[in-house]
Amino acid sequence: MDLSTLLTWLIPLPPLLSFFLIILFTHHDKRLSHTVALGAIGLSLLFSWTVVFRALGTVHFAEHPIAASVAWLPTGDSALRMGVAADPLTVVMLFFVPLACFLIILYSVGYSNYGQPRDERDVPGSPPHHGVEPMYSRFFAFLSLFAGAMLLLTVADNLLLLFFGWEIMGLCSYLLIGFWYGRNYENPVQITPRAAAVKAFITTRIADVLMLIGIAYLYSQAGTLNFREIFFSEEIMNHLLHTPSVIGGLAAVHLIGLLIFAGTVGKSAQFPLHVWLPDAMEGPTPVSAMIHAAAMVSAGVYMIVRMFPLLSAGAGAHGGSPTMTVMAFIGAFTALFAATIAVAQNDVKRVLAYSTISQLGYMVAALGIGAYVAAAFHLMTHAFFKALLFMGSGSVIHGVEHGIHHTHEKLDPQDMLNMGGLAKRMPITFWTFLIGGFALSGFPFITAGFWSKDEILADAFAHGHWWVFVVLLLAAFLTAFYTMRQIALTFLGYPRSKSAAHAHESTWTMTLPLVVLAFFALFAGFVGVHSDFPLLGELLGSNPFEHFVVGTLPHHLAGIEFDWTPVLLSVVAGLGGLGCGWLLYGRRPLASGQSDPLVASLGPIHEMLSGKYFLDELYDFALVRPAKWVSEVVAFRWIDRALIDGTLHAIAGAAMRVGAGARWFDKWGINYPPDRLGDGVKASGNSFRVIQTGRVQDYLLITLSAVIAVGGVFFLVLR
Amino acid sequence: MNATPIIFLVVAALTLVAAFLVVTVRNLIHAALWLVATLFGVAVIFVLLDAGFMATVQLVLYIGAIAILIVFAVMLTRRVMQDVGPQRNSNWWLGAIVAAVFFVAISSLLWRTGWPALPGGDVGDTVLALGRSLVNPDQYVIPFEVASVLLIIALIGSIAVALPGKQSE
Amino acid sequence: MLSLSWYLTFAAALFALGMYAVLARKNAVAILMGVELMLNAVIVNLVAFWRYGNPMDIAGQAFAVIVFAVAAAEAAVGLALIISIYRQRDTVMAEKIDLMKW
Repeated sequence: MDLSTLLTWLIPLPPLLSFFLIILFTHHDKRLSHTVALGAIGLSLLFSWTVVFRALGTVHFAEHPIAASVAWLPTGDSALRMGVAADPLTVVMLFFVPLACFLIILYSVGYSNYGQPRDERDVPGSPPHHGVEPMYSRFFAFLSLFAGAMLLLTVADNLLLLFFGWEIMGLCSYLLIGFWYGRNYENPVQITPRAAAVKAFITTRIADVLMLIGIAYLYSQAGTLNFREIFFSEEIMNHLLHTPSVIGGLAAVHLIGLLIFAGTVGKSAQFPLHVWLPDAMEGPTPVSAMIHAAAMVSAGVYMIVRMFPLLSAGAGAHGGSPTMTVMAFIGAFTALFAATIAVAQNDVKRVLAYSTISQLGYMVAALGIGAYVAAAFHLMTHAFFKALLFMGSGSVIHGVEHGIHHTHEKLDPQDMLNMGGLAKRMPITFWTFLIGGFALSGFPFITAGFWSKDEILADAFAHGHWWVFVVLLLAAFLTAFYTMRQIALTFLGYPRSKSAAHAHESTWTMTLPLVVLAFFALFAGFVGVHSDFPLLGELLGSNPFEHFVVGTLPHHLAGIEFDWTPVLLSVVAGLGGLGCGWLLYGRRPLASGQSDPLVASLGPIHEMLSGKYFLDELYDFALVRPAKWVSEVVAFRWIDRALIDGTLHAIAGAAMRVGAGARWFDKWGINYPPDRLGDGVKASGNSFRVIQTGRVQDYLLITLSAVIAVGGVFFLVLR
Repeated sequence: MNATPIIFLVVAALTLVAAFLVVTVRNLIHAALWLVATLFGVAVIFVLLDAGFMATVQLVLYIGAIAILIVFAVMLTRRVMQDVGPQRNSNWWLGAIVAAVFFVAISSLLWRTGWPALPGGDVGDTVLALGRSLVNPDQYVIPFEVASVLLIIALIGSIAVALPGKQSE
Repeated sequence: MLSLSWYLTFAAALFALGMYAVLARKNAVAILMGVELMLNAVIVNLVAFWRYGNPMDIAGQAFAVIVFAVAAAEAAVGLALIISIYRQRDTVMAEKIDLMKW
């Protein structure tokens, strides 16, 4: 086996091992735990980048991807094979996923206040005040497991192994969102970490069930789940395309595609299953970075990118398959929908959460319109700047918490209205956050986000998907607007609370990852510049990204022509949004206590936006309460208590009654006659005892009377 | 017409009266004395039956020994017995009935049966015959000897029984 | 004329009287007297049967003599028992001597 294949096998292994090592052996020693975790993810990073750079160096890598498998489950003649594969798409993932995970784990060291003494007031299960996190080792164990699962999913060569990684990540998201399980709020409406973890798990679970049905259906039709075998086999693809499914009008391949896409709707938080992601902010910030930037949501998009040949089967020259239409619709809608909500949020992490939902909508929509390369490209750049933004927000929160520790104020460290003026106090955080924010907004030319977002818009424009284009453009404008709002409220102006005034910059373990990611947020985009872009296109190798990635597909995907129109429009949208944001929030920074000017201008609409369109309330009313009612009344009261327990009680009662009957019978039928007999004998004995006077004369009397009687009988009767 | 039946009737009546008095008088000494009278009457009956030896034995043994013994016993147990109150126990009437029924039953049987008549002739010397039979090995020597042993046993036994016990009286 | 039945009836009467005494008298010595009466009646019976049966066969009288001996022995033992009971229990009332039960 050559080195690349061996390394591909080994990539997911170190973090998974580190999970077990930390849990079983090193959890008492904080330093050892984080060293093991960092070492493990570092090893994975090393292996991954070795594979990446070797692959990049291979000419025509797409034709000879790395693939190796073992016969895992013998099934009669053949066997279900499990293994690893690395084609160009995987290589792209292997570039940024381990890097992001490594930086996040490094960041967690500082975020968990390593080096601070343990504060006695801190109890395990609640976030620490200022001392070191009480469940320090556990955090690193879970993060390692998460990273391991993500890497497993990335290198998987078949859908089943991908699903394994998918589900392990679901578990980790539950564990990590609910990491501070003991945290409770006075406000009953505010969701606790425990409830948020359950919400995340159940929401993604709904999606996962549909996905599993899709996988099973695919296996039943195709006989294999290996990606390469399915996509590159004309026979299987034709069979899938021409087999009608149970739903009329849809071929099997379309139904499978829709079901599998349902998994992404859950995992990547698209409408209508997006509700878990904002509440997942209850977890610690590195978790948010991991889940919402580097790993979990990316896994959702990675999967549909991977499955693109299946999803696009049957697409004509114009328009796509039914699956793609659905994807485009949901993606575009989610992008705009989430962006509108983000505008009205005050919690610094919630803005980023909705922003993530929105950007994922971009990627899904991109796939829906057939922009395969653009979607993969945006996935990569998004991972960088979103992780950067989340970690930056974590740094900000830490700073404000430090201020709270000093001033003993009682306020929410995550509320942007309590911040302000942090640019001077936390410069590294400010500059990196600014870079990340600009990347998110698509600041022209120098940020990676511009190139990737622009490519999606250009593709929509070029293929004539007008309404997708317009929606995404609008979402881009809003994205820039709320990003500027966030930057202005958090960093610019003057501190609106004493705690903000006391904030200080975070430790190197937190700021170093920010810097590294900022570098990538700036320069990672240059690999995907359109080859016909004036000047830069040629300079940067004529879109090496596209050349590299497009080989993954069995059928060649035509590239698009370069057009200035979408570029200019997206520049206008981006800069326009940033400008509006600055006008509203940056020019006259908000003073403390002053309310958001948007509230006044939008009025009731703002209430709808900040209430997230009251979707959670709707779900609670329409779904959660009926489900609870069914479980409480139908399952518990009717079936379990009345039916099952009732039957048991009836049987038991009948048995008891039979027993009572038997007891009655035993007492009166069996015991009573002999008892009475005995009593009778005793009584007769008692009454006869009278004659036993002990007196001889009485005995004689009796004897003689008997003699007379017998004599009488003899002589009078028996003559 | 013989005088024997008349003599018999008179003697029998007197004897029965005496016997009746034995069983009914309150005073035990009187009862003992009436017993003597009864025994005397029975001795006369024996004479009527040509069993002179029996009469003599009756007088000597019964009256001379047993009745005297009874008188001794009455004397010895006198202290306890008050000669007041009825001498009949609570079931005396039943005893009377039983005795009466018994008597009636037997006598009715007796009067129904045909007994042989009195054999004529002289009985001879019964004493001699009796004496000889009691020591004749072919006749009744063994019962005679056994009866002697019985008497010795009774003698020893009654002494043993009547001896004062370990505790003082 | 004087048939056997007269003597036997006389003996029966004597016997019945003796029985009455045994059954109805309180004093143990009186009971013993009744027993002696009964034995006497038996002897009368025996002798009567001898005389009216075969007076040549002396077996009847021999029998009667043996009965005399037995009666004497019995009277002696009985009275000795009464004396002993009187010593133990300080009573000669037959009613009080009632341990022969159960």
